[in-house]
Amino acid sequence: MKRTILLATAATVVAGAVAAKENVVNVYNWSDYIAEDTIEKFEAATGIKVVYDVFDSNEVLEAKMLTGSSGYDVVVPTSDFLQRQIAAGAYQPLDKSKLPNLANMDADLMAGAAIYDPDNGYATIYMWGTTGIGYNVQAIADRLGEDYEVNSWDLVFNPEIVAKLADCGVTMLDAPTEIIPAAMNYLGLDPRSTDKADFEAGAALLETIRPSIRYFHSSQYINDLANGDICVSVGWSGDVFQALYRAEEAENGVEIGYVIPDEGALQWFDMMAIPVDAPHVDNALTFINFIMDAQITADITNYVWYANGNAASMPMVDPDITSDPGIFPTEAASAKLWGSKVYDARTDRVVTRLWTKVKTGQ
Amino acid sequence: MSAFQASSPWRKTAALLARIGLTGRMLIIAVPMIWLLVFFLAPFLVVMKISVADPMIARPPYSPLFVQGPDGWSIKATIGNYAYLWEDSLYINAYWSSIKIAFFSTVLALLIGYPMSYYIARSPEPKRSLLLLLIVLPFWTSFLLRVYAWIGILKTKGVLNAMLMKIGLINEPLIIMQTDVAVYIGIVYTYLPFMILPLYANLVKLDDSLLEASADLGARPISTFFRITIPLSMPGIVAGSMLVFIPAIGEFVIPALLGGPDTLMIGKVLWTEFFSNRDWPVASAVAIAMLVLLVIPIMLLRLAQSKGADT
Repeated sequence: MKRTILLATAATVVAGAVAAKENVVNVYNWSDYIAEDTIEKFEAATGIKVVYDVFDSNEVLEAKMLTGSSGYDVVVPTSDFLQRQIAAGAYQPLDKSKLPNLANMDADLMAGAAIYDPDNGYATIYMWGTTGIGYNVQAIADRLGEDYEVNSWDLVFNPEIVAKLADCGVTMLDAPTEIIPAAMNYLGLDPRSTDKADFEAGAALLETIRPSIRYFHSSQYINDLANGDICVSVGWSGDVFQALYRAEEAENGVEIGYVIPDEGALQWFDMMAIPVDAPHVDNALTFINFIMDAQITADITNYVWYANGNAASMPMVDPDITSDPGIFPTEAASAKLWGSKVYDARTDRVVTRLWTKVKTGQ
Repeated sequence: MSAFQASSPWRKTAALLARIGLTGRMLIIAVPMIWLLVFFLAPFLVVMKISVADPMIARPPYSPLFVQGPDGWSIKATIGNYAYLWEDSLYINAYWSSIKIAFFSTVLALLIGYPMSYYIARSPEPKRSLLLLLIVLPFWTSFLLRVYAWIGILKTKGVLNAMLMKIGLINEPLIIMQTDVAVYIGIVYTYLPFMILPLYANLVKLDDSLLEASADLGARPISTFFRITIPLSMPGIVAGSMLVFIPAIGEFVIPALLGGPDTLMIGKVLWTEFFSNRDWPVASAVAIAMLVLLVIPIMLLRLAQSKGADT
């Protein structure tokens, strides 16, 4: 009897050892953020099995990175979160000799990302986008007139205008570090300011429009926009385009638009990085290199409608996408984009507290 | 025979354990004790430890409790995180609002659950089992899925609004999603079985002869219900209310998915502290404060109950 137990234990130990050496890569990416066939193609090309898991907020990813032993090999934090997590020691430097496809990347965009990650030492661009306004074309025309042109933050930050839209549903991302700076920018303040008075001014503006806001959420608006349950969302570019695409697919008569307002918008980069305690570092590098393949990146952009940082992929990207100023902004619009500022812990608390006040009135 | 037993390894071990003060009774008690120690006390101490640390950008993002200095190890702890909970009215308002939502949800669950339990307990046997099965049936689907189903029902272009507009009760869709009403619906729906099951277990044991005696002495059914049935089912009411009230206070998923941005509940405040501020120490202090806030009234209630049982 005892012998059987011993044998069984031995078998389990051996199985465990085999599992640890199994040829896998554990990927943790944003939800709805990869082409349908990317993983299949990677597995066919390399024989490495992908365990794919998704999140919908940087905060959730960050909690896992700061706790450690997440078991993930490749994660995709947004640039400002990446910077803080690098400072906390959550990532390992990339072995660039194993990333020949880095040559495909757009030098200007990589330089933009290097603000958060000096020399691009820890991460490379997965996709990038802007935080602008998604809207239901018909609902806006019904309420503001056929001639109203959506090109300004007025749509959500002017209390009189947004009040006219409250009945059809106005939503914002639940992301204080993106929305409060946008409000500051609308007031003519520097969106990258860390002055408490500037944050308070931004929050005060948000409080005046708060009665017209249905909810603050960072993923629910995709479906709600597509179904016509809401009509205006301050959201991430690609997410709004996904709503547009889903509405077209459903043929429900909902027409969605996305605009980078003339006053400017936040530009962010989602970056692929390898956690410091990743169990399969080599496979992680293989995966990142595979994603940077021109065709693979083009496939992802064609599917998720987010801009990429891969210069070599551009000829393969659908012209409908490359010509859309909401995805690849014009040069004039690019000049007005700003990158997010990384706050220290004290400033973070100020911003979050103001945000809670805006949301709950407390 | 007895010699054989005495020499059996089991006896030997038992004798050995008895010599160091361990008897069979203690070993049996030890199992739940170890369970509590590992799954309740140890995590509690970890949270306690984090609640007296300072936040910092590191992995993990708080300062260590034991610091090695030139004079050896020292303990570095602060009560600043607890003091902070008093300084900002947000936390007290959130506790209060959670208690309020949990209380009204419990009352609603009791009002809906009591007649259901009563009916089930009074039903004849084959029907009773079927009804009980129907109460337990929702547990076979994931809780999260059921909350998502409510989103489909309650949303502006959802099932409920479509139905009400079709039968002409309303012209404009009702906005229920992202309001406190949706939170109440979600909590009462989710925790109703926890109210019904203990109530049923109590009511099914109700002695019919007491009700007959009450009727014989001239009480109307209504009077019998309030003067006999309700007092006798008090333990069931208390148990059911506890099972609804306690988890409802700390509820996060339901207010996050169904509630609006102004639904203030301690679960959401905890989330913000932990994820948005990445201030694990204050988040831990919030959790500990809530635990203390809950444990004291529960202990008082238990005390009152055990006194009631003695008399």
